[in-house]
Amino acid sequence: MLAVNFLLLAAALFAIGVYGVIARRNAVMVLMSIELILNAVSLNLVAFSLMTGAIDGQVFALYVIAIAAAEVGVGLAMVLMIYRNRKTIALDELSEMKG
Amino acid sequence: MSAVILAADSVNVAQNVAFGIIAAIMIFAALNVVTTKNVVHAALWLVVVLSGIAAQYILAAAEFVAISQVLVYIGAVMVLFLFGIMLTRAQIGKESDLNNKGWALGIPVGVVLFALLAWVILDAFGEDTLPDRGPAPTVALSDQFLSIYLVPFLAISFVLLAAAIGAIVLARKD
Amino acid sequence: MLGAETVELTSGWFLENAWLVGLIPVIAFAIIIAFGKKLPMKGAEVGLASMAATLVIAVGGAIQWIQRTDAADGAGKEAGGLLQAFGRVLPQATEGEAKPFIDPVVTTWVWWQNSGLEFGIGSSIDGLSILLIALVAFISLLVQVFSVDYVRGDRRYTHFFAAITLFSGGMLIMLMAENMVQLILGWEIMGLCSFMLIGHWWEEDANSRAALKAFFTVRVGDVGLLVGTAIIFFGANQWAVDNLDSNGFNIAAIQAWALSGEANTQFLLWGAVALFIACIGKSGQFPLHTWLPDAMAGPTPVSSLLHSSTMVVAGVFLVAQIYPVFWEGFNIGTGGLSFIAIIGAITIVIAALLAFVQDDIKKVLAYSTVSQLGYMMLGLGTGAWLPAVFHIFTHAFFKCALFLCAGSVSHSGSHHSFDMKKDMGGLRKKMPITFAAWIVSTLALTGVFPFAEFWSKDEIIDNVGANSYTFLMWVGLGGAVLTAMYMTRATYLTFFGEPRGAAAGHGHDDAHAEEHEMEHISVGAPEPRSLGAAANAHADDHGDDHGDDHAGPHESGPLILVPIVILAFFAVFAGFANPTPLASRFGEGVELMKTYVEPRATPVVTEEFLASGGPGESASLVEYAVVPSAEEGEEGAKKSGCGFDAPEAGTVCFFPAVSHAEPKFSKILLSLGVVAVGYAVAIAFCVAFYGRRDKRLVGLTERHKVLRGGFLFLKNKYYLDALYENVIVRAVAHPIAKMAYWVNQNVLDATVNGVGVGTRKTGEWVYDNIDQKIVDGAVNGSGWAASEAGHAMQPTQSGKIGQYGALLFGAATVGAIVLVLVNVS
Repeated sequence: MLAVNFLLLAAALFAIGVYGVIARRNAVMVLMSIELILNAVSLNLVAFSLMTGAIDGQVFALYVIAIAAAEVGVGLAMVLMIYRNRKTIALDELSEMKG
Repeated sequence: MSAVILAADSVNVAQNVAFGIIAAIMIFAALNVVTTKNVVHAALWLVVVLSGIAAQYILAAAEFVAISQVLVYIGAVMVLFLFGIMLTRAQIGKESDLNNKGWALGIPVGVVLFALLAWVILDAFGEDTLPDRGPAPTVALSDQFLSIYLVPFLAISFVLLAAAIGAIVLARKD
Repeated sequence: MLGAETVELTSGWFLENAWLVGLIPVIAFAIIIAFGKKLPMKGAEVGLASMAATLVIAVGGAIQWIQRTDAADGAGKEAGGLLQAFGRVLPQATEGEAKPFIDPVVTTWVWWQNSGLEFGIGSSIDGLSILLIALVAFISLLVQVFSVDYVRGDRRYTHFFAAITLFSGGMLIMLMAENMVQLILGWEIMGLCSFMLIGHWWEEDANSRAALKAFFTVRVGDVGLLVGTAIIFFGANQWAVDNLDSNGFNIAAIQAWALSGEANTQFLLWGAVALFIACIGKSGQFPLHTWLPDAMAGPTPVSSLLHSSTMVVAGVFLVAQIYPVFWEGFNIGTGGLSFIAIIGAITIVIAALLAFVQDDIKKVLAYSTVSQLGYMMLGLGTGAWLPAVFHIFTHAFFKCALFLCAGSVSHSGSHHSFDMKKDMGGLRKKMPITFAAWIVSTLALTGVFPFAEFWSKDEIIDNVGANSYTFLMWVGLGGAVLTAMYMTRATYLTFFGEPRGAAAGHGHDDAHAEEHEMEHISVGAPEPRSLGAAANAHADDHGDDHGDDHAGPHESGPLILVPIVILAFFAVFAGFANPTPLASRFGEGVELMKTYVEPRATPVVTEEFLASGGPGESASLVEYAVVPSAEEGEEGAKKSGCGFDAPEAGTVCFFPAVSHAEPKFSKILLSLGVVAVGYAVAIAFCVAFYGRRDKRLVGLTERHKVLRGGFLFLKNKYYLDALYENVIVRAVAHPIAKMAYWVNQNVLDATVNGVGVGTRKTGEWVYDNIDQKIVDGAVNGSGWAASEAGHAMQPTQSGKIGQYGALLFGAATVGAIVLVLVNVS
């Protein structure tokens, strides 16, 4: 199996996640896209770990999973607060700036 | 592409085939995550992607990571996402205008990014083949966690604690 | 070199510290200016003390100079009457017949150096200088004593004494000068003090104009002094540096250079001409004599000190001191008619003629001084160095005495008037002592045996004749006649005949008003005397000694008379300092002046001279060349030696071998005879004209056109004043003044205005263009740019998260591309 397989896959997921962050209006959708990105990165790490034989890549992948969990928790809490205050979580409606 | 085709001739055909199927499913699911008009469907498609990732982990001889992925991401994070969707009164069914006004800008960005990354990857690792390893022993992982990466391990625990408390504080009604 | 002798020269404290005579009066001047008004005698005591001190030093120096000369001469040979009388024990006579050259005693300090040229200040004392220093100190002291009483009550008493002290200091500085720079310094100080003193009562326009005239006329001459010094310097400097380790300003070096035979004749000639022009100005020779009679506007002590005995002889001193330059420049030794002699002769005659038509007694004496200065110049110009210097000596005494007598007469006799015709006459009875002194001095002035000038003036005339200047000799004799005649006239008008005007006690009231304002500040209590109503009426508002004047003419006080008597005494006996006609009888020793004052015309061996100090220091040894005694030509004229031939290699000469005429009894009789004739004619005329008012003589000039023309010509001083002031000064000064004014208005002012206008226009342009457009534009532009940049950046701060995300990832992508490109290529 070629190494590039995993890496290309991860790159594709990353790019799709980026598109999702840019294009999506709903805050939760954006968070989901960010999850995609994070997972792509984890896959990358594991692939490199497999390539080099060092186990550090997997360690880091576990770290990423843990952090991602924490981040989603906090992120969704914030989304809930915003929803309570503004009754909407469409990002383009959340701007109060006049410019 | 030729490299992939070539790869089809090497040993472990089954591995390659499995990888290819799962990869295709994942890509399709990811695209649906970012383009579907139904929020709940997006979450479910995300579950598919996450599962596919777990499968890929197993193919990459990282079993523990795969199990953790399933447990944490699919078991906890996605449930959290679904709760979040519900609590924010997402409309059940198709929802119009889930995209930004400038969503078209994202396409070239994504494409360029992918092209760039692909070129870099192919340029750097084009010829490498993955070694055939057995499953990674969990003992090795724990050795790393508890010796070299002990401090980050403990830090992670604090981070999780802080996140939990923070989420509770943020989401309180008063 | 035939042979050389070395003699040791002694020195002494007074000789080596003779520079004090220049310093003491200057310090006294400063003290008088600073503290004079607070002192009991208002500064006069400081002046008197300083003059007494300088006199002591001068006399001490003279005595030591005599000792120095004696020791060098080793006068064991014929000591002559006077020297033997002093009982001196003198060392052995030296071998050879030449007398050693007595080096001057030099004490200098270098006050400035520039490119190898050293300027010294200090004293260089030789016979001539110490003689004149003693003379100036003595006369200054007497005049200051005189002034204590004469100037009493004056509005500027203290400043008078300060100025007169400074003048003495200046003259002494000049006399003891070792180089030309110091000489010029003293010269200029004298000129300044002369200006201050002539214009002492400057509130009257006439006095200040007289002072200015004196200053400017002498200034014209001073141009010659500076030019001459420069010419001599450039001529002598190289020679002096090469041969004598000195420079072209040092007087001894200049003397040696002139006689060395290597001097460029053009330098000598034009240097001599230029320097003599300075002497013409300072000593009142024709044509720059016009200032001297006008200078009588000053107080009488000033006239007696400056303009009779001391300052005016500065020019003569200059010629005498740097005599070799004139000797060589004008070829005096070879019998040609020299410039100096011609000017001197002209001056004698024209001044004597002018003395006939003066009514002011001081002006008569002034012209007499000019005439006598002409004699001195005549003597110097014909090679009669010693008689001319001797004449300075004797003339100082009797001329000073005459001026002080005139002062005494005006002070106590004619009520401050000097007009002989209006206010004097018959004073011999009221002022006997003054009259006696006047008569003695007049006899001395006209050259009557055995009074002073007989010995000196006749020596001049003798030597002039002996050097085969026969025409000039007759000019000198003619001058003697004229002298006798005009002095007789002045004597008769002043002391004989009927008292006129103030001398008679008349005109008391009219003359009072103006003269009081002029001369006196009331101090002290009046002394009322009951003598006529007119006298008493003024008793209250007078101060000082006016009370005495009410009694009419009377003799003056002791402070005035004592100096006069002392001077008259010297007028009688001064001639015996160098009685040449007596030398054949009593030996050469009686000729004191010749022994001690006249420099010896002996070549000095340069090496020894330099080794023992050279011109910059006193030599303690002098090695002189023994030359055979010169060939005596007819009438004692020397034709070889210093001044005629160049000195031998390795020696320098400092003085030319002037000739000394053998006095002949026939010549003595001739001069006495013409004087007697002059007296006889004059006395007869005066008695006839002024006394009896003889009808044939009175109004003579009114009846004859020729005589009237001559009279007017003399009265108007040959129209020289008109020439100078109206023609020359106007032609030169007015255009220069106009041009200077034009330059001032159109060039200087225009420049200043132009600068101002230019600056203002520049300022305006700068304001308009640079300040408003560029600087403000820059400031405004930067603000505008900042604002526009802000506006341009504004869309990025939209608050839209989607946009932020897009930007973030877009930028990251671009950054990644760049990174890749950079690292891969």
